[in-house]
Amino acid sequence: MLHLVLFFIFAIICVAGAVNLLAQRHPIDSALSLIVVMGSLAVLYLLLGAEFVAAIQIIVYAGAVMVLFVFVIMLLNAGAEEHSGRSYVAWFLGIPALASLAALVVYSLVRHEPSSRRLALGESQGYVSPVAHLLFKDFLLPFEVTSVLILIAIMGAVVLAQRGED
Amino acid sequence: MAAIKSALVLFVLLTAVAYTVWLERKVVGRMQNRWGPTRVGPFGLLQPLADGIKFILKEDLTPPHVHKSLFILAPFLSVVLALVSISIIPFGNTISIAGHTTSLQITGALTSNGGNGDINIALLILLGVTSIAVYGVALAGWSSNSKYSLLGSLRASAQMVSYELSLGLSLVGVLILAGSFSLRQIVDKQAGGILHWFIWPQMIGFFIYLISAYAETNRIPFDLPEAETELVAGYHTEYSAMKFAMFFMAEYTNMVTVACVATLLFFGGWRGPVPHQFPPILQALTPIFWFCVKIFLFIFLYIWVRGTLPRFRYDQLMAFGWKFLLPLAIFNIILTSFWVAFIS
Repeated sequence: MLHLVLFFIFAIICVAGAVNLLAQRHPIDSALSLIVVMGSLAVLYLLLGAEFVAAIQIIVYAGAVMVLFVFVIMLLNAGAEEHSGRSYVAWFLGIPALASLAALVVYSLVRHEPSSRRLALGESQGYVSPVAHLLFKDFLLPFEVTSVLILIAIMGAVVLAQRGED
Repeated sequence: MAAIKSALVLFVLLTAVAYTVWLERKVVGRMQNRWGPTRVGPFGLLQPLADGIKFILKEDLTPPHVHKSLFILAPFLSVVLALVSISIIPFGNTISIAGHTTSLQITGALTSNGGNGDINIALLILLGVTSIAVYGVALAGWSSNSKYSLLGSLRASAQMVSYELSLGLSLVGVLILAGSFSLRQIVDKQAGGILHWFIWPQMIGFFIYLISAYAETNRIPFDLPEAETELVAGYHTEYSAMKFAMFFMAEYTNMVTVACVATLLFFGGWRGPVPHQFPPILQALTPIFWFCVKIFLFIFLYIWVRGTLPRFRYDQLMAFGWKFLLPLAIFNIILTSFWVAFIS
């Protein structure tokens, strides 16, 4: 029962945050809404028993990625943006796309019978070691290649930043 | 039961925070050859109470040029996140009062077989809360719309993000040795007296943790975000009355949490330095006693450092974090991994 109540509370917060993200005019308000979305997603993961994924969601997305977003917005001191609201492309492409996406999600949800099992505190194993096995055994090469890719991106950023100084 | 525990822990924590401030003023006072608070109550012991009343009664000023909702949100965010992190800290095994047995941890629950349930990712939750705590400071500075506040909060966020890396990595050594994220299991691995504490195999990790923790809590020698000679008061320049007190409370609560984590991870948690057996009632209280003693020592160390060291320069701070602490933390992880894989 509590699971269900919590699910609905945080699902509503999550959707409200996402809508607010689009509705706000100031970038920092939008960024904060995105943090709310990520935080409530983490709670939803927690309700599914995926403790590790929930913690990573908070640390990586809400904690690291969004801090950079907010940091950049603060540094650039971006002002409020203008909403035109007159784009016909958005109306004619966006609404059908939204409708078909929603239909797809509802269809897949209805098709798969939801499991009724509930997890209590401390019952799940946190899934740290299965994730570690996947990352460092089964997918070792893609994982390491990704880290090299990120390193290249960092080096690229450093090079671009230094070029501006000359 | 959980509600009673939460209320009790919160009460003890906030009292401890208030008296940490008193202790700091007293100890730093003695170090600077003066008395500290003496007027309110014996030894100035009622000073925190007087300060609290002053904070509540002062005018709560909101400058006209601020981004209002965020200006109000920021101190709440800081203090709530600081208080939340105490919920995962275990203070001892279980305690029985009048037939009720409960685990000495807010998020702990007794499992069906009488064992002590714990969230498996307690440490990750703590790191998550620390990473979110940056927003309190960042938003406070930005929403104040003043240059001192903004500079202070930019410094603070950059510093907290940088030192969070070495803070997280310094804990990995302990995790490798304990093989678990659960704080209870980490403490249980250190059973058997002072020689089994993780401080000995993780000496490097502990010092990295200690230094990064000082930086994370914005304390001297890393208190550049509020360096008063350059930035007035940094990110909380525009705050007054209770909103300022909230930042203050958050800072001291974070000190207590950091001390708790150091105690649990490196100093055997609630276990005494030598195995001992007292009569039942005393024995039931020893875990809390040892825990409090260790926390007190850490907080004293904090104050001692504050009374001793000067402030870093900003570039020194960044270079120290990225060029020294981070490589050292990675070196410590590699060393520990090799030790676990090949020797033990």
